[in-house]
Amino acid sequence: MEPLLLPPIPDLHRIEVYEAHGGYAMLRKALEMQPDDIIEEVKKSNLRGRGGACFPAGLKWSFMPKKTDKPKYLCVNGDESEPGTFKDRQIFECNPHLMIEGAIIAAHAVGAGMVYLYVRGEYIKWIRMVQRAVDEAYAKGYLGQSILGSTVNVEFTIHRGAGAYICGEESSLMNSIEGERGYPRVKPPFPAQNGLWGCPTTINNVETIANVPIILRLGGEAYAKIGHPKHPGPLLVGVSGHVNKPGVYEMPTGVLLTEIIEKYAGGVPGNKRIKAVIPGGSSTKIIRGDALEGVTMDADGLLAAGSSVGTAGMVVMDEDTDLIRVISRITHFYHHESCGQCTPCREGTGWMFKILKRFENSEARAADIDLLLDIANNIEGNTVCALGDAAAWPVQSMIERFRDEFERRVKEPASRLPAPTAAA
Amino acid sequence: MLSEAHLQRIEELKQRYQKPQSLILEVLWMLQEEHGWISEEGMKYAAGLLGMPEHHVFGVVTFYTMFNKKPVGRHKIEVCTNISCMLRNSDRILEHLERRLNIRPGETTPDNRFTLVEAECLGSCGTAPAMQVGDEYYENLDEAKIDMILSELT
Repeated sequence: MEPLLLPPIPDLHRIEVYEAHGGYAMLRKALEMQPDDIIEEVKKSNLRGRGGACFPAGLKWSFMPKKTDKPKYLCVNGDESEPGTFKDRQIFECNPHLMIEGAIIAAHAVGAGMVYLYVRGEYIKWIRMVQRAVDEAYAKGYLGQSILGSTVNVEFTIHRGAGAYICGEESSLMNSIEGERGYPRVKPPFPAQNGLWGCPTTINNVETIANVPIILRLGGEAYAKIGHPKHPGPLLVGVSGHVNKPGVYEMPTGVLLTEIIEKYAGGVPGNKRIKAVIPGGSSTKIIRGDALEGVTMDADGLLAAGSSVGTAGMVVMDEDTDLIRVISRITHFYHHESCGQCTPCREGTGWMFKILKRFENSEARAADIDLLLDIANNIEGNTVCALGDAAAWPVQSMIERFRDEFERRVKEPASRLPAPTAAA
Repeated sequence: MLSEAHLQRIEELKQRYQKPQSLILEVLWMLQEEHGWISEEGMKYAAGLLGMPEHHVFGVVTFYTMFNKKPVGRHKIEVCTNISCMLRNSDRILEHLERRLNIRPGETTPDNRFTLVEAECLGSCGTAPAMQVGDEYYENLDEAKIDMILSELT
């Protein structure tokens, strides 16, 4: 498949180069289309969100009310903070205009007059790159009032975060834009009814939005034929950990994980065996290396393997990896990033981390394995947002699939007793 | 507490939001850029500038990890130790920095040149191990590369 999201064209981040390769032609086309027809095309394409939840993008757009006297908003989520994920950064750097063009088309489709691109605070270098591209688009008349002489008005504002994983959760992101602490909101109401400042709001991931011009160019039906039929399109897969060539690779959905590791990422250093793979960012359930055969990178394929596609940020671990340390580090992250609103998440993540430290230090009790599982099970589903689930899934799957690793770190109760004295 | 240029930028940005309060992160970023950290005085100033209660500003400052709640060294070194970096030896990177700077994470060198911090995932998993110093990312790190970077950060 020819790369569609990240074509290898030098200087594509510059607007003249982007235009020379057909850039902003789809915006011109979209400006002549009725918003509903654009939504229909995106529905036909079967584009599903690339931020982790795989929600159908066209359907999400159709939730936006047609008749309202309130302003409508589009948020583009570039918070990209899930460990193992580094794909949106590539779009910011190599093809920012594709995302900007997609955002203007999406804003037109849902009737939003303002786009907020939320980017994690650490990415200041990339924020500057995107801001340059946005300035270029304004100068060319692709952004602003009466775009290219039409009646469509779209403004574009980059909102810089300041270090909070939770702000990638859509309602937390909105609170952050409103100048609040980044606490997730209870849903429903959903953003399309009650989003930014109580107004109708659509939130899509950067990569999702970057797919929009591609859909208009190919047509929804042709797009739907790329990759896996139930989860089609080009996909940016980030591969990290124990591989020879870590990086972001574009491929159709549905590629075998083994092929991604061997062919795209150059295999495992020293030809070591693979012990485990996290397929889609640190919150997705871990897959055993000996269960990788036949598993594909798409929503259905990973569901069948007892995991999920998440952000398609794959972390590969070779046979010498200490998985207890891995799960302890992941859990430390969720404990650190819990916003503190819901008790099961705030307290539970800390308890899990403490217990995992005991395993790390080989000081755990045999009963700690089930205690850990019990805590994870009591976090899952009992919190306002999905961070609680994100913290529970890696722990649950690690125990389910690598219980022996935990058992090996249990300190025998007998060895903890003081040595018997002569008097006894 | 903010330069004229920054104040003017804030006025421009106000047009882009329903309420001035949305600019709190931006104002805090500007304060940090000009003063190196967010003092109590800075928080009061931000509250006045945007018409927000002071306690609300305090709540925001303490929620986001990137705001320095106390003074830091000239260069704040943030080393990622999350899984992708950990699998590619971020332990060694952190240890090397601790040895070279003779401080532990959370501490600042006596000459006020460096502050060392352990960071959560920086989104550099494909170029791990990585660290951030100020606005700059340093990637595919090893000991020699760190020595070179340290010598350049005066």
